[in-house]
Amino acid sequence: MNAIGSFALVAILAVPAAAAAILALLPGYRVTARLNIAASLFTFVIALALFTARPEPGRYLIVDDLNVVFIALNTFVAFTTSVFSASYIGHELETGRLTPVYLRFYHAMYQILMFAMNLALVANNIGLMWVAIELATLTTVLMVGIYRTPEALEAAWKYFILGSVGIALALFGTILVYLAAQAEVGEGMDAMAWSVLVTHAAAFDPGLLNLAFVFLLLGYGTKVGLAPLHAWLPDAHAEGPTPISAVLSGLLLNVALFALLRFKLLLAANAGALAPGPLMITMGLVSLVFASFMLYRRRDIKRMFAYSSIEHMGIITFAFGIGGPLANFAGLLHMTMHSLTKSAIFFGVGHIAQARGTQRIADIRGLTESHPMLGWGLVMGVVAIAGMPPLGIFMSEFLVVSSTFARQPLLALPLVAGLIIGFGALMLRLQGLVFGAPSGSRDTQVTASYVPMFAHLGLVLLAGVYLPAPLVAWFQNVAARLG
Amino acid sequence: MDAGLQFDVAHLLAGGLVLVSFMLLYQDRMFGLLNVFALHAFVLALSVAWQAFIQDAPHLYVTAAIALLFKAVIIPVALHRIVLRLGIHRTLETVVGVGLTMLAGMGLVALSIVIMLPAAVDADPLAREDLAFALSVVLLGLLMMVTRRNAVSQVVGFMSMENGLILAATGAKGMPFVVEISVAFSILIAFIVIGIFLFRIRERFDTVDLQALEMFRGERS
Repeated sequence: MNAIGSFALVAILAVPAAAAAILALLPGYRVTARLNIAASLFTFVIALALFTARPEPGRYLIVDDLNVVFIALNTFVAFTTSVFSASYIGHELETGRLTPVYLRFYHAMYQILMFAMNLALVANNIGLMWVAIELATLTTVLMVGIYRTPEALEAAWKYFILGSVGIALALFGTILVYLAAQAEVGEGMDAMAWSVLVTHAAAFDPGLLNLAFVFLLLGYGTKVGLAPLHAWLPDAHAEGPTPISAVLSGLLLNVALFALLRFKLLLAANAGALAPGPLMITMGLVSLVFASFMLYRRRDIKRMFAYSSIEHMGIITFAFGIGGPLANFAGLLHMTMHSLTKSAIFFGVGHIAQARGTQRIADIRGLTESHPMLGWGLVMGVVAIAGMPPLGIFMSEFLVVSSTFARQPLLALPLVAGLIIGFGALMLRLQGLVFGAPSGSRDTQVTASYVPMFAHLGLVLLAGVYLPAPLVAWFQNVAARLG
Repeated sequence: MDAGLQFDVAHLLAGGLVLVSFMLLYQDRMFGLLNVFALHAFVLALSVAWQAFIQDAPHLYVTAAIALLFKAVIIPVALHRIVLRLGIHRTLETVVGVGLTMLAGMGLVALSIVIMLPAAVDADPLAREDLAFALSVVLLGLLMMVTRRNAVSQVVGFMSMENGLILAATGAKGMPFVVEISVAFSILIAFIVIGIFLFRIRERFDTVDLQALEMFRGERS
């Protein structure tokens, strides 16, 4: 039992790493794209094994209640994105935006990114987790700049500088946590291990812990894309290849938020530490309201959905800030739902931008007529992300709002206002995009794979109607521990 | 050795690092900036070596050696060459004036002392005051990145910030080696990335002035 678990734990790291090495050497688009899919699928299947066979917490790696579902989600979206990526990249090669050399590089980077994110999730060491998130940042920087247009380079540079500043602040916070732990646990590796930190957190110096959390919130918050540290996010989403936008929004933001949750657990276990709630509520609300207003002025379709990601990260951070079993439950559910929905939207948007040859919203009209599958897929995705029933996001947003009413009624006002403003913006833009007379003479058909998009949307719909009992139990269990 | 002396030398070196950070702030020539950065890394190497000595932690000497060789010699020399090749060794423009920047810098140092000293009452005084210095260096590096417009000087600001982080990491007694190596390694990676970026920016625009980049906003209508 445990042998299988330990094997699976090592394999979800080893498979992407090995695949990256192979993909860097192999030429040819068809073979590498398929290998990329195969490696991602294999990782996903192995990750599922972690549910049944959970390994003992090791010195460096751990699988616990908090990360096991995120690992599954991460590897699943990585797999579907690799399917989408295969058809997307094929088109990019045909139009000459990517050369075969860059393609090799792209596939290798994709797997390294998966390795880094999986490592960040399973790390049982705050230093190791930091290294993994740094690695994920660096690989995405390189991928955002891959088209080498002036816009892409500017976006990558901005992302690199802001991301590094964030990651530096997070390291400072990590050092402070070590200092707080060292006084209790003693010097050395133990004072950085999660499993040790959580059990001893009650005795840590609250002052140090508070200060550490401020740095960690600012540092990892930059990676989550919380306002006012979000400036890199829209550019990076808009200028990179769309599969990367999907992975950024769907996975990397979640991983950074997951890191924050880990540290929030420490604060929750320490009675003397400040409640992280107010800080998170403020940053979450500011991000939500700010992004909702910004949605109105977007002219670029990928940029618009990037702002929508900021909005949703704001909602999630807000929910964890409110705290309590219900709000935490809603936050976890929203993380899952947003990850699935947003990546589905980017799958659609990627093909739409290819079919129309532009990302300008004003130049895209009447999609339901010219490309019914893409058009209606986008309708469904936007309806889901805007929070309409009966889809999954409606349920999690409803839970956030109702738990806010129960605990802090006044805060519910700006929350609901932000949600409605964002909703309005999305609906307004959606109408122009999908209905009316189709625009443009370049109505090329793209060979799109619709399966990943509709698979995600189907899951979101399913979750909105019926959540499986084991998943609910897991969410409740983790929500209770988050305090 | 006398505990008082250990304490004083560690203080002197950490304080020296803050001082050199201030010197970085007002350098308005490329080569001057690179030379001061080399000095910054040199003081860091001394400080780390001293920590290795008083903590009796031989692995820290490796960190000191990395700081000395890589950051005080190789990187400044490489950047020197890049600057020469790109022909950008003229005066730097700063966004805010020198006086204002220095005042802001002093404010940041005061801020880090005010928040660090009361926060870590229980920690041993050396670690605590070391952290206050380290935070000052980090914040000054941040300030430098904000006030400079030139890609090379932003990179220098970033690296001085990393130096502050290493000072903090070595000041924390017995912090596992993994982190130090990874910090050094990440700097290496960061540098490679930066190198690629500078190269690409040069290729595209014939300038490393970021102001030229900021015209491209992706949302021109």
